[in-house]
Amino acid sequence: MSAEAWQITWFTVGVAALSTLAILPFGVALAWLLARRDWPGKSLVETVVALPLVIPPVATGLLLLKLLGRRGLLGGWLERTFGWEIVFTWRGVVVATAVMSFPLLVRTARVAFEGVSPRLENVARTLGAGPWRVFATVTLPLAARGLVAGAVLAFARALGEFGATIMVAGFIPGQTATLALSIYHLVQLGRDTEALTLLGVSVVIAFGAVWLSEWFLRRRPA
Amino acid sequence: MSVELRNVRLPLAHFELEVDATLDGRVTAIFGSSGAGKTSLLELIAGLRRPTSGLVRLDGTPLTDVATRTHVAPERRAVGYVPQEGALFPHLSVRRNLLYGFDPRRARPGGLSFEHVAEILEIGALVGRAVGTLSGGEKQRIALGRALLATPRLLLLDEPLAGLDAPLRERLLPYLARVRDEFGIPMLYVTHSPDEVVALCDSVVVLARGRVTAHGRPAELFQPATTPRYELKG
Repeated sequence: MSAEAWQITWFTVGVAALSTLAILPFGVALAWLLARRDWPGKSLVETVVALPLVIPPVATGLLLLKLLGRRGLLGGWLERTFGWEIVFTWRGVVVATAVMSFPLLVRTARVAFEGVSPRLENVARTLGAGPWRVFATVTLPLAARGLVAGAVLAFARALGEFGATIMVAGFIPGQTATLALSIYHLVQLGRDTEALTLLGVSVVIAFGAVWLSEWFLRRRPA
Repeated sequence: MSVELRNVRLPLAHFELEVDATLDGRVTAIFGSSGAGKTSLLELIAGLRRPTSGLVRLDGTPLTDVATRTHVAPERRAVGYVPQEGALFPHLSVRRNLLYGFDPRRARPGGLSFEHVAEILEIGALVGRAVGTLSGGEKQRIALGRALLATPRLLLLDEPLAGLDAPLRERLLPYLARVRDEFGIPMLYVTHSPDEVVALCDSVVVLARGRVTAHGRPAELFQPATTPRYELKG
């Protein structure tokens, strides 16, 4: 494998891991709120979170581009405050993949939380455990399988993200080129052999991620 | 011990729970058919549900008072709760289930040590087992031990024998009596079995569609019955 292929591989895995880690706390917290609490605006938030699943990824990408560009509402502020450029940088790739995989994480985690019997949480309360201890010692371990599954799903989605990424980050070799973008680019140029190499790499990573999660789930019987 | 319920109201699916009573037996039965609101009443006393109006006091201290917006959190009430079928934590070992609410720094009256509880409930041999391998009766004894080891001021038992077959119920009843006699922790005992009320309780509240229809000693409210019974010949 060429140095370029290695670079693309590590970049893609790194970006997918970073975006999964970044959405994990928010996704788990939101999933818990959706599963366990009633609050005003809940159905609106549910719908907004699900949007990236149903609208074309390229359209989501366009929305992010407008929002995060230098003259965008959020992009201008981020650049002035932190000096962060988002669009057409690696940060843009992270944001695009994070937004696209967020709904998968939230949905899976929500189902996992809904599967934990509130009776067990109630008993824990009467045994003297405050809400945080109940969450850490009862809810979280019992939902762990589903949470891991959600994280793996989000990671896999981030690995393969194409539409939103190409809009927000473009295809800049060495800077924003992920596996999916590179495969498309190489095929366009007729460099099919190199594209097939990257295809092989994608399969190996995906296989590894799924295998790892299966192993983890087997280790903790329900 | 006394649990005072003053004009407590809680809307349920098909009727409103509406209770005004003082429960001051050693073991008070809350007796009624299923769906009478018995479990909801326990959850209310445990602090797991909030009434829409009324006052709940334990030994004179308000636990919930809607008028003054008082609501002591369940974890601060020291009210133990054993729900139906025990609800053991399936991801923890039997030992860690038992010790979940056990605070070694807290003063424990009346010999409420791990060893003593294990001896009374005969659960010493179960401590090393996984929760999934326990039988129904063993699970109930562990759930009872777990609640006791959290040093409750009051113990709420929700049909602890309901999910078990008749011989097993017979075997478990003496354990409940031993807990009553040994630790002196007052109990509210939800059941729909007159036999259990007479065997275990010194006071009984009859609940029907969310309202108290009778309140007294078991001997006043129950009489021996001979129900027609059939058995296999030979």
